[in-house]
Formats: sequence, structure tokens, C-alpha cells
Amino acid sequence: MLKTGTTLLASAALVLATAASADSTRIGMITTLSGGGSHLGIDVRDGFMLAMELAKADVEVIVRDDARKPDVAKSLANELVQREKVDILTGIIWSNLAMAVVPSTVRGGTFYLSPNAGPSALAGKACHKNYFNVAWQNNNMSEAMGGYMKAAGVKAPFILAPNYPAGQDMLAGFKSHFGEAEQELFTKLGQKDYAAEIAQIRASKADSIFFFLPGGMGIAFMKQYAASGIDLPVYGPAFSFDEIILGAVGDAALGVKNTSQWAYDLENAANSRFVEAFREKYGRTPTLYASQGYDTANLIVSALNKAKPSDADAFRSALEMADFDSVRGNFKFGSNHHPIQNIYIREVVPGANGKPTNKLMGIAVADHQDAYASQCKF
Amino acid sequence: MTLALLLEQLLNGVQFGVMLFLMASGLTLIFGVMGLINLAHGSLYMIGAFVCAYVTGITGSFWAGLLAGALGAAFMGVLVEVCVIRRLYNRDHLDQVLATFALILMISEGTRWVFGSQPLWLDAPAALAGSIQLGAGLVYPLYRLLIILFGVLVAVGLYLLISRTRVGMRIRAGENDREMVDALGVNISALYSFVFAVGAALAGLAGSLVGALQSVEVGMGEPVLILAFVVIVIGGIGSIKGALIGSLLVGLVDTLGRVFLPTFFRLFMDSSDASSVGSALASILIYLLMAIILALKPKGMFPVNA
Repeated sequence: MLKTGTTLLASAALVLATAASADSTRIGMITTLSGGGSHLGIDVRDGFMLAMELAKADVEVIVRDDARKPDVAKSLANELVQREKVDILTGIIWSNLAMAVVPSTVRGGTFYLSPNAGPSALAGKACHKNYFNVAWQNNNMSEAMGGYMKAAGVKAPFILAPNYPAGQDMLAGFKSHFGEAEQELFTKLGQKDYAAEIAQIRASKADSIFFFLPGGMGIAFMKQYAASGIDLPVYGPAFSFDEIILGAVGDAALGVKNTSQWAYDLENAANSRFVEAFREKYGRTPTLYASQGYDTANLIVSALNKAKPSDADAFRSALEMADFDSVRGNFKFGSNHHPIQNIYIREVVPGANGKPTNKLMGIAVADHQDAYASQCKF
Repeated sequence: MTLALLLEQLLNGVQFGVMLFLMASGLTLIFGVMGLINLAHGSLYMIGAFVCAYVTGITGSFWAGLLAGALGAAFMGVLVEVCVIRRLYNRDHLDQVLATFALILMISEGTRWVFGSQPLWLDAPAALAGSIQLGAGLVYPLYRLLIILFGVLVAVGLYLLISRTRVGMRIRAGENDREMVDALGVNISALYSFVFAVGAALAGLAGSLVGALQSVEVGMGEPVLILAFVVIVIGGIGSIKGALIGSLLVGLVDTLGRVFLPTFFRLFMDSSDASSVGSALASILIYLLMAIILALKPKGMFPVNA
């Protein structure tokens, strides 16, 4: 449970060079390494670094901690682009931080590859040719879950998300495929006490709960929900039920269904190689965030094999081809540089070591594309 | 809107208020008796939570952890008082703010160094993990009831300490006229250390109790510290009674605002707009409350030297 944090402390200003030379490609990574959202950023970073290491890529990666603060992320982006002269920026976890950093970065000519946040604005009207999303558009998993719950005969879900761009996207995505919910509620981003929300769930006529609460928020909510004595079935996107959250929440999460673009037990050669290497190197099962960091790094490597970022047009075309072995199996970009991919359904089951774990159940939606692609004109 | 929901939200508000009272009572005593603005009070809250998580992890007993959390924070409080804060009593408030802000930074980095940047997860004891039926349709988590119980015990204990004991008499005297107490031969530095230790122990207790409900992480104390300052400003600086009533008021206004404002806006707006407007307004409600109370009573509700 406890560990000395010297390695974490050092990583806050870590410069990792994998066989860096004078003309290495410089990559800046701004991600969340401290506070309640830290396991998301740590997994993106670890997955990314693992892929770079396995590919023996000639890159220099500069990692910085944004502590989930938009102003910090913004000034780090300025520092990395102007002083460190990075060719590619990546790493941001939270959509409000992405909205603060991405538009000005890509307009300035730097490539930005998102390993996590996928706000709807950047997929639609505010899209940019130098912005690629390697993870998903925020609405995707909720859309798939909305459709799944409707087909499963759920009538009146209580839906809950933090009040920030990703939370709004999640609930919008859910409603677009399910219809109107029994009741919807926005919480504060980073909120840790959900007593007032849980009381409203108890008093409502809902027959189920759908919630998007990533990181520490999800742990706090599930623990408090389990103690509340309410026994409604729980659904959500994978963000609310990653392996770290399940480890902290324990048996209270058993039976929960969630949607994800990836699962560690998804069968393909690239994925088994990734999961095995990740477990060996870091001693834990990767979360979806780690898989996204890993895919982002491999996409960069595949494009670097074809062109240099200094030749922007050639590099962009190389990225668009997505010529890499994704751990998700089939992966390609739509016209707005967002993924077209399968969304899977998973269930939380008892694991081998006594901790609950996610088990792949099947495909919720095949070759899913986001709803904003048609609004995007480069 | 059912009666059971209203009662449950009232209990939630009281529980939040009681937790704030544990923080605010120490803060207001320290300010009232010593005239010291202690920004590092939130760090003592954090230290309590970390010690509690650590000791619970080693011993397997949450109760041992809770005791250790309060004692650990008290010990750290005395250490800080003797080494740093004792030198600040005669300085002006700006110096105190500067020095105790530096303490926040040092204690946060120190904690990060020892425990890491990732939150620790502390579980409430299994016996208190569930909920209890309090009435028709009213079910409430046992652990939150325990927090309310602790708050009541602390309030009664502080009342008895201050109104019925010799130490309490000196504390009251110290609030009224510091120089005279000193001139009458009371060992004022021992009294100050004692008050500081009591305040720190209460902060540590609050941190430990909340840690099991939420999470234990670096920086967890500062949001609570801000609310505790709101409480003591509303209640009247130095007044335990003010801290108690202020805490309950802030706890209830915040909780009920979060619930009922979105419901209110839903009457004439569509659901998602109502949620966002309501939540946004709810988050500023307690500051509105503070502004109104200060406009009517500039020294707070129960000023000590009225």
C-alpha cells in the first residue's frame, strides 16, 4: 500500500533518452503524475516509454507533471514548445487541460497526439490537421454503453459525471444512444464526497446507475456507494472501472458492466506482447491508459520510419496511414484524425489473486466512428 | 422530494459540518488565544490522515490508526510550534502568513517524498462498512454517523475544557488580555503549546476520519482549510460556539445547495443546463453566505471581545 516515492519524485522532471543522438526527435509529454488523477498519467507514461524502449526508437522524451491544473499545463506547453523545441507534444489526460493547450499548440505548427482526452470540440468544428487523437473521442464509450443498456432492457438510469468537457461529452454520448435518462447530475471535477449524490440516487425511481468518474473520483464514489446499501446495477465507461480502481474498490465492483476500446485479455499478437512486457517491467496489469500510451508511441515510431516531423506534410500523411500494430487489433483514422475502432463490453469478475478484474464479454459496437467527423473541415 | 431524502441530506450536511468543526475549532482557538494565522493547519490535517493510513496498514486496526493520526498530528503540531511558530507571535499577520505558507510547502513536499504522489486508500473498519435503517425509507451509512458522533463528543469535550477547567480559564483569559495573563505568572508558552497541540490533534482526527471516507493524498488539507477559515470568519474569530454554529451552517448550506439548486433550476430549464447552472451556483453559495453575514455582522456571529 505504501511505498517510498523517490522514483515518482524524480519522474516529475524526468528527461528520458532512449539512445538519443543529436538529431533525435524530441517529444514533450505533459501528463498528470500527482494527486487523485495520477494513475492515469503514470500508466500513459509507462505504456509510452515501454513502446519506445521495445522499438529502440531514436527519440528523446521530456516528461512533465501538470497536477491536473490547466494553467500549469499551459505554461508547460509553452516551455516545451518554445524552449525545449519539441517536435511532437502528447500526454494530456483531462479534456479541460487539452482544451487549454491543444488549439494554440497545433496552430503554431507542432504536432499534438492525444493519448487520452478527446473533447468533442476538437473532433468537430475546432479540429486541426496537426491534431491526432489516438485514444477515442470522449462520447464513444458512453454511446456504446447507452446502446447496450437500451438493448439490455434498462428503462430508467441515473446518470452522473463531473462538470467539465469530458463529463458533458460522456452524458451527451450516452443520451444520444439511450434516450433521456431518469435523472442526470453533474458533480465537481475532483470531488471526493458523494453523500449528497448518493442520497439523490436512493430517492430517485432509477433502475440502474451509469457514471463517468475517472481516477480517484471513481474510487471514492464506489466505496461510498457500496457503504450506502443501495443495490442498483452499475454501468459506465471503462474509465470508472480500470484495474487500479478495481484494486482499491474491491468486491463492491463485482458484476459491473463497462465499455472499452481495449481489454488486456483481447486476443491478438500485439496485445499479448504488450501485456506480457508491461507486467514484466512494471509488475502490474496495464490499464486502458497504458494501452493508449503504448499505441501512441508506436504510431509515432511508424510515422518516424517514413518521414521526419520537420517535413510536416510527409509526417502528417505517415501518421494518417496509422501503419502500426495496435493492441486494439483493427485501428484506423477517420477523416477528422479520430479513431474508427471496435468498442467492447467487459464485466468485472473475481480475479485470480482475490482482487476483482475486467473480463472481455464481446463487441458492443464494431468499427465505431465519432459523431462529429462530418463537422470537421481542415 | 420525499421527507426521507430531505432528512438524509440534512444528515449529510451535519456530517460535513461536524468535520469542518474539528478543523475550525482548532484554528479558531489558535487565532483567538495566540493571535496567530496558521495556514499550516491543513497540513496537520494531512499528516493525521497519512499517519492513520500508515499505522492502519501496519497494525491492521483502524482504531489504532485513528489514535495514532490524532497523536501524530499533535506531536507534529508541538514540534512546529516550538521550532517555528513560537517566533512569530509578536510579528504581524503578514509574516505569519508567509512563514506558515512556507510550512505548507515544506510539509507537502516532505510527505510526497516519504509516501509518494499517488493517493493512499484507507478503508473504514468492516464493522462500520454498511448502512443502518434510521426510519421509514431513511438509511444512513454507519461510518458517517460515527463522524457525527465524534463531532458531538469533541464539541462537548471542548465546552467542558474551556468552561470548567483551570486550563480553560487561562485560555479564556488569554483571549481577553494576553499581557495581563503573562503578568499574573501563568506560564504562557506552555499554555500556547498546549492549545496548539489540541488544535493539531483535532485536525489530525478530522484528516484520519475523512481519509477513510475519501482518500489520503498530498494537498488534501488546503481545500478544507479554506472552508475552515470561512467558518471561523462567519462564526467570529476565537469563538468555539461560533465555530460550531458556523460549521453546521456552512455544511448544511453547501450540501443542500448542491442538491436543491439543480432541482430548482430544473423547474424551468432543461435537465443538463439546470445541472450545470445549479452546480456552478452551489459552489459559490457558502461565499455568498459569508458575504451576507459579514455585511450584517462585520465581526462574525459570536465575536469574542464584543
